Amino acid sequence: MQKIATREAYGRALVQLGHQDPRVVVLDADLSRSTMTVYFAREFPHRFFNMGVAEQSLMGTAAGLALCGKIPFASTFAVFASGRAYDQIRNGIAYPALNVKIAATHGGLSVGEDGASHQALEDITLMRVIPNMTVIVPADAEETRQAVFAAARHEGPVYLRLGRLPVPVIYEEEYVFQIGRAHILREGEDAAIIACGLMVHEALRAAEELDSLGFKVLVVNMSTIKPLDREAVLRAARTGAVVTAEEHSVIGGLGSAVAEVLAQELPTPMAMVGVKDTFGESGKPQELLEKYGLTHRHILQAVLTLKRAPLGR
Amino acid sequence: MVGNSIRELEAKARQLRRHIIQMIGKAGSGHPGGSLSAVEIVTALYFRVMRLDPKNPHWPDRDRFILSKGHAAPLLYAALAEKGFFPKEWLLTLRQLGSPLQGHPHCRYLPGVEVSTGSLGQGLAVGNGMALAARLDKRDYRIYVLLGDGELQEGMVWEAAMAASHYGLDNLTAIVDRNFLQIDGSTEQVMSLEPVEDKFRAFGWEARTIDGHDFPQILEALDWARRVKGKPAAIVAHTIKGKGVSFMENNPDWHGKAPKPEEVERALAELQDQEG
Repeated sequence: MQKIATREAYGRALVQLGHQDPRVVVLDADLSRSTMTVYFAREFPHRFFNMGVAEQSLMGTAAGLALCGKIPFASTFAVFASGRAYDQIRNGIAYPALNVKIAATHGGLSVGEDGASHQALEDITLMRVIPNMTVIVPADAEETRQAVFAAARHEGPVYLRLGRLPVPVIYEEEYVFQIGRAHILREGEDAAIIACGLMVHEALRAAEELDSLGFKVLVVNMSTIKPLDREAVLRAARTGAVVTAEEHSVIGGLGSAVAEVLAQELPTPMAMVGVKDTFGESGKPQELLEKYGLTHRHILQAVLTLKRAPLGR
Repeated sequence: MVGNSIRELEAKARQLRRHIIQMIGKAGSGHPGGSLSAVEIVTALYFRVMRLDPKNPHWPDRDRFILSKGHAAPLLYAALAEKGFFPKEWLLTLRQLGSPLQGHPHCRYLPGVEVSTGSLGQGLAVGNGMALAARLDKRDYRIYVLLGDGELQEGMVWEAAMAASHYGLDNLTAIVDRNFLQIDGSTEQVMSLEPVEDKFRAFGWEARTIDGHDFPQILEALDWARRVKGKPAAIVAHTIKGKGVSFMENNPDWHGKAPKPEEVERALAELQDQEG
């Protein structure tokens, strides 16, 4: 199975985009070889700005470039983008709805050995609550590539959450990503799994195994967390059981976004697979995903539990 | 650019002060002290130095002014209205529900406002971005960032100061409204800032200190800043918080308090007396 990290796909896509659109500029905060903006920096040295270890300056400078008609992609690790520069994003970028694309890599536990200080588990929450912000969590390399182009076409701020770990390729070039449009990867009527990021592949594996147990499970790739594809959520809910899966805290992320829709429009038994209000730790990515309950087996178990005892568990 | 004499600039400054007092008095809240301290700086920029076209607020070659100390919004609004960016009648809607004149400036609501500010410390980095964009586009507009002195306590200012000199942004000028007061009192007591000029110099800037109420000094310094090449320039403008209204001068209580109607009258009478 071919695996490519979404940060790698991002770096490659930026170069393509840079050739197409001279307005595109890229900023980084001393992590260009990790966020992979280094490819753009090599190709377009005059359109790349390393701001040093200074995330507030990174976001502020991106805002200024956007105000003069550029399309800045500002990159650093998700934990620093969403945490260290929150006020700069909220007040400086989102409030005036500036055309800044925040491409944050190293989202989630799969950062691995660097440990909790570097594992963003709340960035989706933090970005999702800001008005005017679009939040995208691509599932694989091709979706990332298209999301980069879609973000550039979109007028307004975008938070693109990317990962460090190479993840399985799900999509071919024929796939069409659209901001705000979920993608149904697998049909089913017994239950639904709504996932994002590297959990999409885990969801597909869980669905396959559930199939062998006699459950037909709908799998939705909810790559845009905001604006959420409400129709897709309702369609998933019509199966009668919804499991969400994200490499993120269960507080405020994809699961919460889905629950907000269902609680108001179509109350449905739900389970949330994600990190349970705790920090991560050092370890190999696979070990961490296992320990914190983020594998296909955990999704499978959540579906089975919902199906066997949908209420009053 | 526009050849306003010093006397005309002084008259314009008094007019801006009148607007500030009237706006904040009508609104019943706002920040008179730090608006009044920077009146001469903003007057010099808008009515003498900056290249602007109020009928074409998005003209790509215009000079950009960033009010990093966003709480001085009444001053910016007064200058923009006097310059003709929007009708002067709008000024008295300051801080009212539905008004484009928000408590702190928003660039999407009001023509002429370049950057949404209010959260302190952010303007200089935004100026850097504009300065880099000018370089990429081979445009010769200049960027002026007005900072408060209390605002210099924000770490982000120094991240941006570092970046501005790293990239040699000589199309950028920072002006510090050095009135020596912040909300809780004297800047040197709350969190000492001196030596301000040397701090900028240590970050790779050219810097000089002037009397921020003296038009010839302000104009000379802005001219000097334009001539500095290869580096950004900082002008530390020593000012008096509340300048022009005797009972507000050098009193931190007037940082964020509106004058009552009788105080508005007294202030306007004082400004009238200052008419030569």
